[in-house]
Amino acid sequence: MKTKIFIVSSIFTISAVIFIVKLFFLQVIDTSYKLSAENNALRHITKYPVRGKIFDRNGKVLVSNKAYYDLKVVPRSLSEFDTVEFCKLINISKEDLIKKIRRKRHSYQAIIIKKQIEDIEFAYIQEQLFKFPNFYIEKRTLRDYNELTAAQLLGYSAEVSGEDLKRDDYYKPGDFIGKSGIEKKYETYLRGEKGEKIFVVNVHGSVQGIYKNGKYDKEAVAGKDLISTIDVELQKYGELLMQNKIGSIVVIEPATGEILAMVSSPTYNPDLFVGKKLSKNYRRVEKQKGKPLFDRALRSMYPPGSTFKLVNALIGLEEKVINKRTVFITDGYDAGTHIVGDHISGLVTFQKSIQFSSNAYYCHVFKRIISNKKYPDYASAYEEWKKYVQSFGLGISLNTDLNFEKKGILYSSTYFDRYYGKRHWNYNTIISLAIGQGELGFTPLQSANMISAIANRGYYITPHVIKKIVGDTIAKKFTEKHFTKVKPEYFEPVIDAAELVVSAGTGFSAYLPGLDICGKTGTAQNPHGIDHSIFVAFAPKKNPKIAISVYVENAGYGSTWAAPITGLMIEKYLTNKITKTWQEKRIIKADFINKK
Amino acid sequence: MSDKISKNKIDLISIGIYLLLVVLGWMNIYSSAYDGSSFEFGSRYGKQMIMIAMTFVILLILLFVDVNIIFSASYFVYGFVLLALIAVLFLGDKTGGSRSWFEIGSFKLQPAEFAKLATALALSRFLGKENSNFTFDIKSFVSVLGIVFFPAFLILLQGDLGSAMVFSSFIFVLYRQGLSFYWFPIILIGILVFVSFFFINISLIFISLIIIGLISYRYITGNLKDTIFGAALLVIMILIGLAIIIFFRANIKVNIIITVSVFIVSLIVVVKSFKEMILKSLIVPVLLLFYIGSLYSTGYIFENILKSHHRARINVLFGLEKDLTDIGYNVHQSKIAIGSGGLSGKGYFKGTQTKYDFVPEQDTDFIFCTVGEEWGFVGTAFVITIFTVLLLRILFLAERQRSVYSRVFGYSLAGVLFFHYSVNIAMTIGLFPVIGIPLPFFSYGGSSLFAFSVLLFVFLKLDTQHNTLYI
Repeated sequence: MKTKIFIVSSIFTISAVIFIVKLFFLQVIDTSYKLSAENNALRHITKYPVRGKIFDRNGKVLVSNKAYYDLKVVPRSLSEFDTVEFCKLINISKEDLIKKIRRKRHSYQAIIIKKQIEDIEFAYIQEQLFKFPNFYIEKRTLRDYNELTAAQLLGYSAEVSGEDLKRDDYYKPGDFIGKSGIEKKYETYLRGEKGEKIFVVNVHGSVQGIYKNGKYDKEAVAGKDLISTIDVELQKYGELLMQNKIGSIVVIEPATGEILAMVSSPTYNPDLFVGKKLSKNYRRVEKQKGKPLFDRALRSMYPPGSTFKLVNALIGLEEKVINKRTVFITDGYDAGTHIVGDHISGLVTFQKSIQFSSNAYYCHVFKRIISNKKYPDYASAYEEWKKYVQSFGLGISLNTDLNFEKKGILYSSTYFDRYYGKRHWNYNTIISLAIGQGELGFTPLQSANMISAIANRGYYITPHVIKKIVGDTIAKKFTEKHFTKVKPEYFEPVIDAAELVVSAGTGFSAYLPGLDICGKTGTAQNPHGIDHSIFVAFAPKKNPKIAISVYVENAGYGSTWAAPITGLMIEKYLTNKITKTWQEKRIIKADFINKK
Repeated sequence: MSDKISKNKIDLISIGIYLLLVVLGWMNIYSSAYDGSSFEFGSRYGKQMIMIAMTFVILLILLFVDVNIIFSASYFVYGFVLLALIAVLFLGDKTGGSRSWFEIGSFKLQPAEFAKLATALALSRFLGKENSNFTFDIKSFVSVLGIVFFPAFLILLQGDLGSAMVFSSFIFVLYRQGLSFYWFPIILIGILVFVSFFFINISLIFISLIIIGLISYRYITGNLKDTIFGAALLVIMILIGLAIIIFFRANIKVNIIITVSVFIVSLIVVVKSFKEMILKSLIVPVLLLFYIGSLYSTGYIFENILKSHHRARINVLFGLEKDLTDIGYNVHQSKIAIGSGGLSGKGYFKGTQTKYDFVPEQDTDFIFCTVGEEWGFVGTAFVITIFTVLLLRILFLAERQRSVYSRVFGYSLAGVLFFHYSVNIAMTIGLFPVIGIPLPFFSYGGSSLFAFSVLLFVFLKLDTQHNTLYI
């Protein structure tokens, strides 16, 4: 009997010892539970920073923010409420409400019942919300576009995607992130820094007070404001001129590389992509005629056409295969298999070759460059020529502060080796490069940069759209000069000829007295239809203030459409008034999208 | 009837601990509901206070009741409670998937709480009538099992698994009254087999059982030759079975082969035992077959009889499921609350986990969390210590009873109290599945407090006449 009593007592005592030991580990040794307890009873409310604003170069607001409100609830905290009245108040169907809540009904994490409620509706809801104490409002901000312009350039911001979340752990679901344009490129400056407010809550999520009197709270830091290089008036004028046309305008200030305007047409209303409007409008805009989401200024690659003759002329001079007195007697150019046609014939001087855009002249120049005895073979001469072209920022990535810029098409000699066979090609095989056709493709931005380098007589500064970050500095690369392989003294004869192009040549429709515009027309051959009209120009001739490239797709010769648009843009920027109003009217009225 | 009356003083140590537990319990209920507002009688701590007062009044009355009345009313109380248990099945209030409450006005009564008292009374009365060992008489043995398991069965029908399991605590009584100690390893192995069912490949359990069986057989009979012969026979039969599976690509499960082999060898052992009249060697094959049978039935019960929330709780306990928001949430939150208390706790009224309702049912089944969070390790160790002191005190008192009736009642009380307190604490610290039984004297709830108090005080009243013999 004694043993039985002993055993029962032992069971009681040993259990007690086991409990006490376990509790000792749980309460004294293991500290992880204390941390969990804090997370349990504290609610960390994110304070969203205001996204940085974007200004134009003259201080006009391009993008700012407006407040909106999210209606949230912690599903697990929900007690019974009048669903009918609630649904009527926030204007959603009962099924939607039930679906939203049911999916997360065990969640202690707040879910959004209705997002992005705007001011007027918010005021109405807030008045009635006291009847539904479990629901609360969280303030956020959304983009507000003061000027409905430069949509592709500015880009848009939207809720982070799963990929964004994986890539950067700064973001939490529901945060906003720049998706394209400046919004994307300058995301880290614009987003600011999220703050945090810590509340003590009970299990129903109702706030019991502020944790430690706000000792650990953190204020949100607003995003940095950006001052862009864009001149909003010029930008809007460019968009007006380009309406109902497919193409683009890129305007650069040569001395600084600052992009004054960058139009890609057709464009869209940036306000369509704000907040919840995005999902409704994105597909529709994406599919619109002319594909407005495609930023032609950066991504469309066109053969440069005759505008490229400026580059070949400069290379010819630098390589000393021609000089400014070189004359060719032309009647087209016999490339062996075919004749390159020309619109002028007879005695063509260097000046006239540019002024009237002689094809044959540049075929001869190109032939001399490629067959230059300085180089052991055509391929190495071609490689040298290619380096010249690249020194103008053509066929290479410019490394701007814009997204998705294309590098262009400029093949190396090995491409022709593969295509025609090694040593089975010569200057005649690739003669179309002489006049900017064939295996070439440059973006409007690269063309504008090229003419800007010519305006600067031999250098360019990497084009960029942001000139200042308030409270920070822009990258050093946007102040550095990139010199061309052509020395400054060879530019003058080319520029003199380019001036004649406008004052008495193919680009006459861009002529404006007193502005000293230098330019060059071009026509990009389009195998799919009517050719594209191109014009590049800068002005004034001395101390150029503006360099510009204009592309109008399917519009025929450069002189008919691109040149007058260039003239109007230059006049608008330099004098802020328009003298050729009849031309302005004609261009605004022209419609290449809707009628053939 | 008593043959001799001798009055002793009521045991003040037990009463002291009892009062301490009730007061501490109420303080913790108050703290878990405390929100800074003034005292309200309509709140849960207010109601509990009224309940405590009412219980005290009844306990006072109880102290003046003649012990003989208690003795003679034993079977009557048992019968009455059985009726109530049956009635509640049909008339009860349905809460949380089980039908176990009577609602009388604003009060709720849970007959299951009183069933423990009633069973203790009836068992004491039955075992107290003779001083012989009930295990020697098959009729008595079955009656004892009936007295214990019938109310447990009715409670199980209500869907209250936790309260039904409490009746297993009467094992202490049966042990004290003659059940062999060998039953403990048998039950222990049974529990191990049951638990390992959830972790280990069932064939592995079978093989472990066979090895344990062979060793026990060698130990019990002392016959090494037979043991080796049996082992060899088993191995050969299992190998043959495996060969059949491999060569004939027969669709037979390995478990079935092992089972059949064990069955055949067991049969040989049984026949041999009867032939040689060595009956004690019977126990090995019988138990082996019993365990294997129960393994099969465990699978069946688990899949078909247990409710999904029981299954989920078992799975969570064994770590087979990790769902911290649903079923595992209770235990997880409870461990956070207790663990965050540290050595000396956050201080009275300062618990965040319990106060802000993170711990579910923090004033009933999980009241121990409030203790752990606000009073820390010091508090939890203290509560466990005084419970243990009370239990040992009850054992001591039970042993000084002259009458078997009183002693059995004392052991019933100790067993039920031990089961409740240990399982409740074990589940709050994650050592046992959450089966939802209250911490005696601590948890909010009138029925529980009242039933435990009466259970204790009936015994203390019996103890005042511990020299009396009831037949």
